[in-house]
Amino acid sequence: MRTIIGILALAVLLLHASGASAAADGVIRVGSKSFTESYILAEIAAQVIEQTGEARAERQLGLGGTGITYRAITSGAIDLYPEYTGTLSRIILKDATLGTPEAIRARLGASGLTMSEPLGFNNTYALAVRADTAERRGLGSIGDLARHPELRAAFSSGFLEREDGWPGLKRHYGLTLAEVRVMEHALTYRALAGGEVDVMDVFSTDGQLERLRLRILRDDRGFFPDYSAVLLARRDMAERFPRTWARLREVLEGSLDDRRMSALNAMADLDGKSVPEVAAAFVGASPPDAQRRPGIAAEIYALTFDHLVLVLVALAAAILLGMPMGIAAARFRRAGQVELGAIGMLQTVPALALLVFMIPLFGIGRVPALVALSLYALLPIVRNTYAGMISLDRQLLEIAEVLGLGPLRRLARIELPLASVSIMAGIKTSTVMTVGTATLAAFIGGGGYGTLIVRGLALDDVGTILAGAVPAAAMALLFHAGFELVDRIAIPRGLRRHTGTGPSEDRS
Amino acid sequence: MIVLREVSKRFGDRVALDGVSIDVRPGTVHVLLGSSGSGKSTVLRVILGLVKPDRGEVAVDGTPVTDATRASLVRRMGYVVQDGGLYPHLTAFDNVALPADVHGWPAARTLARAAELGAMVGLDDQSLRLYPRELSGGQRQRVGLMRALVLDPPLLLLDEPLGALDPIVRSELQGQLGRLFATLGKTVVLVTHDIREAALLGTTITLMTAGRIVQQGTFADLVDRPATPFVTQFLTAQTLAAGAQKDR
Repeated sequence: MRTIIGILALAVLLLHASGASAAADGVIRVGSKSFTESYILAEIAAQVIEQTGEARAERQLGLGGTGITYRAITSGAIDLYPEYTGTLSRIILKDATLGTPEAIRARLGASGLTMSEPLGFNNTYALAVRADTAERRGLGSIGDLARHPELRAAFSSGFLEREDGWPGLKRHYGLTLAEVRVMEHALTYRALAGGEVDVMDVFSTDGQLERLRLRILRDDRGFFPDYSAVLLARRDMAERFPRTWARLREVLEGSLDDRRMSALNAMADLDGKSVPEVAAAFVGASPPDAQRRPGIAAEIYALTFDHLVLVLVALAAAILLGMPMGIAAARFRRAGQVELGAIGMLQTVPALALLVFMIPLFGIGRVPALVALSLYALLPIVRNTYAGMISLDRQLLEIAEVLGLGPLRRLARIELPLASVSIMAGIKTSTVMTVGTATLAAFIGGGGYGTLIVRGLALDDVGTILAGAVPAAAMALLFHAGFELVDRIAIPRGLRRHTGTGPSEDRS
Repeated sequence: MIVLREVSKRFGDRVALDGVSIDVRPGTVHVLLGSSGSGKSTVLRVILGLVKPDRGEVAVDGTPVTDATRASLVRRMGYVVQDGGLYPHLTAFDNVALPADVHGWPAARTLARAAELGAMVGLDDQSLRLYPRELSGGQRQRVGLMRALVLDPPLLLLDEPLGALDPIVRSELQGQLGRLFATLGKTVVLVTHDIREAALLGTTITLMTAGRIVQQGTFADLVDRPATPFVTQFLTAQTLAAGAQKDR
């Protein structure tokens, strides 16, 4: 009991210390999706905002995908993010006939959004193969793939599912490939370079194209739509900060062609330059000042606090909710089975999907992440509480009744302490699990170690991935070790496996 | 005074009690004797209100045992089970103090009562600080007895209280229980399968088998005037077994 109360108190403390989100006034929240180009464009925008001096820039970079960023901007969780015309017309507005930026902008007005003119480059989907593969097999255009069904492809999950991706392309060109796998984009570049796959989807401005000697297959039958980059913004932001919005458009509209963008991407992806550095190079600003941009160590330190808040608050909520649920399930067995089944089902929802489901309800950021993590942490606590409660010695419960203990006193003094070994095991499982799952919170702007993992994945930078993954693993280990200590306090001495005094001899 | 009238109880297909009538007179030790499954423990549980009979009536000191009266009735009963029935997460003292806590006794009163009971059953202060699993079987049993006696209830219900003990400790505690019952003058219902225990402690014995009463009376009645051949059979089987053990 003391441990559980301790966890709850710590959670409240941390949540309080972590502070409410910044006041809305004077801040422009800049979002990005979780790939290099989106990071760079968002960072450029953020730096332009800072230079203009009309508002502060708050970065919510590396959000999980179009669904997340778009919901974030319509709900007001972010004010601005880089988007593409093709995505806006096909995925968001679901109207492929919207050909011009004007048409798209007109439709966005209804959602309180506006957008800039195209920034210049067209980052469309393309298929790429290695230059030597292209020469050996005589591949020049996408149509040529039809003659080589033996080629192995790896596509990003978005491409694999979008109608303007593989399903449509396959029909348009009449393609059949022997092996089509889904793979994370940055990793696919390695697989392609290593010869483990032959064909991948790329974006025409990917920085790796030139460095890895890849060849883009010509879209000679004009399948891929136009994906001109634009800035998508909330209209109220543009109205509140007219000077900033004008400046953003002035700096960015029409100023980035394919080669320029590709070069910026390569600086980040291949030359190991940080995104702020790359953006500063473009903006022509002084390189980002060292004081404001923390080093990786400082960032890990800050994220540790972030991550702890996620884990402990989610855990506290899961305990507060899960223990009563487990107790209830043990009291009302039949309804309890339904309850346990429902929570079990919750667990089959992939954690990332659960996070995304939270966006319509709670927007993006820490709150939806906490809700999703709490739900995810629920099962082990409910199950173990239930298991602990139903395995209690019936005679001991009857004696409590005979001794005159009321239901509440029975619960607090007899049942919960007797079930504490099992309940603590559930809490331990939940905690270690939540430390891991919490890294996914970054996909919806929830912060934590995942921020580094997502960024590292986007930039294909193993160092950055590890900078997030290793502390997360260490935190899980520390929690585990901490609980071993806590067990000595939380589990009554009489129930512990090892005690100083062994069972004494029958001295009566 | 505990009265059962024509009490019957089934658990699914199994008949646990079949028309059982018992009168426990105040200040006597009434032994329920029988082998396992005879229904003797169920009688105790019916008195405690832990089992609701299908038919028949149960009354304690003139008050029928119902859901409404149970809470006040159990306050008059001390309940002791095999191996003490102690809470493993509480020290021996905390186990003993539990009923006193429920009634909001001040700590000093509980301490004094525990010391008094400890002296009565022969348990030292040191042992009271230990957890149940750090105690011997006999000590656990003594703690269980102390817990049942804390509130000084007029009725004492014991379910195979010495069942988990080895023969030497058992016979020592049997003697001690006898002296205790005599001093305290409580109304006692004691469930056992041990004839020696029944003979030693029981004022009245009710012999049961398969949920029915075979005979009620003193030990002498059972030996000298057996109601059925089963009575003699039951008594001699255990005596022979005990004899066989002694020979070894």
